[in-house]
Amino acid sequence: MISIDIEKKLKAYQGQQVLHVASQFATGSITKIYGPSGAGKTTFLKVIAGFINPERGKIITDGITWLDTDFKINLPPQKRIVGFVFQDYALFPNMTVLRHLEYATDDKAWIKRLLLIGKLETFTSHKPEYLSGGQQQRLAILRALAIKPRLLLMDEPFSALDPEMKSALISDLKVLFKELGTTVLIVSHNPQELDGLAENEMELNGTK
Amino acid sequence: MDLTPIWLTLKLAGITTLLLLVIGLPVAWWLSKGRSFFKIILEAIITMPLVLPPSVLGFYLLLAFSPQHGIGKWLQQTFDIRFVFSFKGLVLASIIYSMPFMIGPIKSALQQLPASLSQSSYSLGKSKWQSFVRVLLPNIKPSLLTAIVLTFAHTLGEFGVVLMIGGNIPNVTRVASIAVYDSVEQMDYHSANVYSLILFAITFVLVMAVFIFNKYQLKSPLE
Repeated sequence: MISIDIEKKLKAYQGQQVLHVASQFATGSITKIYGPSGAGKTTFLKVIAGFINPERGKIITDGITWLDTDFKINLPPQKRIVGFVFQDYALFPNMTVLRHLEYATDDKAWIKRLLLIGKLETFTSHKPEYLSGGQQQRLAILRALAIKPRLLLMDEPFSALDPEMKSALISDLKVLFKELGTTVLIVSHNPQELDGLAENEMELNGTK
Repeated sequence: MDLTPIWLTLKLAGITTLLLLVIGLPVAWWLSKGRSFFKIILEAIITMPLVLPPSVLGFYLLLAFSPQHGIGKWLQQTFDIRFVFSFKGLVLASIIYSMPFMIGPIKSALQQLPASLSQSSYSLGKSKWQSFVRVLLPNIKPSLLTAIVLTFAHTLGEFGVVLMIGGNIPNVTRVASIAVYDSVEQMDYHSANVYSLILFAITFVLVMAVFIFNKYQLKSPLE
């Protein structure tokens, strides 16, 4: 169970807004997060991962406090071990596909399985600049999964995939998430694309 | 023909570049992250040698490290270290004088990397240091090379600072740029020409190597 109650000021076109989210996510659940641009969807994910500090808030995951501004508790991202799929993929230009996964884990069998799921097994020696947009996005997803995260945060993870690839990947990911017991939060502009994957949804308006 | 000034110059540039790399990397990394009033002051001090006349810098270093008073006296009495008119002094002055050439390109390259690069490394459980060495540094290689070569080449060409703090002692502080000046003063144009030509050739090869290796324009340290 992940319990989140945070407040973060957002700089917006119309002036300052406050992102206020108070919600709970059951372990192993898959939730899609949607809302208008600038509502703070990406910020919300980054606060959970520990990349951005909110003005006030509390995040408790499986009984462990990650953040409690009242008690000045703030675990660094390294101790939260959250799988994060960035909107810009954030791939490492200096590393090949295989090196990306080896940087994240030593488990060779797991790497092999991930490469099969992402259909990247023939591209292991390619660097990101020699991959297509869809391949890059799949690598970003695989890298986040390489650490077998208890919590996976995905920011527009399927935007560059064609419908066929998307549905094949989603059905494989469903099996993987169940196997790992991963709690998943997915930000998407197009909530329909997550039909059949996410059983819960949450809307962010970003205003207060 | 005495080639000692050339060797001395190469030794000085090599040691200065190596030490500046060790000092400059963590400082540039720290400066690239966020801004504070203290960082602005430090950055201004580091950048000063770019615009300050070298003789001014050399004059203050001479005063500061003079064994007659202040820090210089203390260093001499406590550790028996003397910076004025010694090779150690040249290294110290060169480090200060060439610092912006090492720190500038590295800092701006680090700033241009997207924040998500280090964030994704942190999310994989990697420490800040691991992320710096394995993700950030390999992705700023062209700027790193530019910084190293600029620092080396700039140290080769030092004159004012070196003359002020080191003087013109053969085999100790007489580097190539001073030897050129000294030769001209003694009307020995042949020696001046040899020293100048060697410096010219080394600098040209270094700068060309950066252009070829980086495949794009040499970056100004002020960028």
